[in-house]
Amino acid sequence: MALLTIENLSLGYEGREILKGVSFRVNAGDYLCIVGENGSGKTTLMKAILGLRPPLGGAILPGDGLKRSEIGYLPQQTEAQRDFPATAWEVVTSGLLNRGGWRPFLTKEEKKIARGALATLGVADLEKRCYRELSGGQQQRVLLARALCATRRLLLLDEPVAGLDPGAAGEMYDLVDKLHASGITIIMITHDLDAVLPRATHVLHVGEDVFFGDVREYMESGRVSRFGRGEEA
Amino acid sequence: MTWFFETLGSYFAYPFVRYATVAVILIALCASLLGVPLVLKRFSFIGDGLSHVAFGAMAVAAVLNTAEKTFFPELFEKIGQTPLVLLLTMAAAILLLRTGQNTKIKGDAVVAMISVGALAFGYLLLHLFPTSSNITGDVCSTLFGSTSILTLTRADVVFSAVMALLVAIVFLFFYRKIFSVTFDEDFSRATGTRAGAYNLLIAVVTAVVIVMAMNLVGSLLISALVVFPALSAMRIFKSFRAVTICAAVLSVAAAAVGILISLLAVTPTGATIVAVDGIVFLLFSLAGLIRGGTRA
Repeated sequence: MALLTIENLSLGYEGREILKGVSFRVNAGDYLCIVGENGSGKTTLMKAILGLRPPLGGAILPGDGLKRSEIGYLPQQTEAQRDFPATAWEVVTSGLLNRGGWRPFLTKEEKKIARGALATLGVADLEKRCYRELSGGQQQRVLLARALCATRRLLLLDEPVAGLDPGAAGEMYDLVDKLHASGITIIMITHDLDAVLPRATHVLHVGEDVFFGDVREYMESGRVSRFGRGEEA
Repeated sequence: MTWFFETLGSYFAYPFVRYATVAVILIALCASLLGVPLVLKRFSFIGDGLSHVAFGAMAVAAVLNTAEKTFFPELFEKIGQTPLVLLLTMAAAILLLRTGQNTKIKGDAVVAMISVGALAFGYLLLHLFPTSSNITGDVCSTLFGSTSILTLTRADVVFSAVMALLVAIVFLFFYRKIFSVTFDEDFSRATGTRAGAYNLLIAVVTAVVIVMAMNLVGSLLISALVVFPALSAMRIFKSFRAVTICAAVLSVAAAAVGILISLLAVTPTGATIVAVDGIVFLLFSLAGLIRGGTRA
């Protein structure tokens, strides 16, 4: 049973299609990377999967008992967040809200989950620090910890290494590997094919012609040389 | 010094001065609580636009009330004109939020359009259907608040107190959700928080606070009560909780000091409170700079 089935999906703004006829399946334990040129609709696709943007056509079917609210999400950072007064702890615990309940305060169990998520990502010591004063890599780890609070099953990451230096980017990929190894299904948008292809299991290439398959099929399709090494690297 | 206390004592002997003081402090509290998410969501301009809309609503209500007074005198006796203004402003708040999100005209342009339109329409209406002989005075006190706060009735104070309590309860109850929606709307929607509903809640509460504050500080000055305390607190504090608490404390303190000064110096209450808020902001900016300087 697939965790997520996308059938003949078309997406766009105000009636103008930017993506059409996209079909793919994500099974539990997969590591899918979504690639494509800027403006090809990668982020739009991710937002549609999250239910943030209605599709023009087609269907997004969660399976295996997956609820919409059980998806963790690492969005691209927004301008407003860069000077937002919040501690890392406040950011991380906002990932717990989908657990329901109307209490204005955290339960013991929730605090434990948040501490666990921070520890998993190696930022337990930053708990009381101000979010906007952290380095780019630390901020991403805190946001990933927040996503981890929201899910133990499926994580969607939108360019998790954008704006990070190569060292921090490598560490970020290692962390995602660690989460994948612990049984969480990963869907990640990336530009960084060289770094991600050895780690991923499947590839979705969006653009003029859509490709979906496992990493070996993708390598054999000849797109890597056209896209990955030709333009981006 | 004795003059100071004697003057204050003589003022506070009057019940309406006490009512006004309580009402202003409650309104300052609500406005500052609301200000934190509004400023952080880059929604300050919506608060500002709404206050202009409230002026238009006030004019419409004044005209309708004249009709109501003529045809249903008993009903008017009971409810006064505030509920009508509140309803109209809430409708405008919801409209502003909806149009701001998904139309082709950008949000800030819509706000500019609606707020200036409401001002012009309101002023025009007051001229066509004058409710008193002193139109300019009426307009001025609606925009900048009454020169004295002594016009408040006991009913006004009770209304303000109930509304303030409601706003405070809503804020406490939804504190974590408000944080989440403010910090990252996409994330909270993706993980199942109904962000649209919370935006609506924020807009409606904004409308309530603005209408409450209109009699006191006037519709043009109310934005100051909303944004100044939040911005001052953000100069110094680095967590959402500390900023919220600090903004509330600053706002209440500034309101109290502002009222005392306005009583002693016989200055317009609203403008005096806003001036105190402004001075506090300057001091906090300076403190923030000094702290930032030593840390860097």
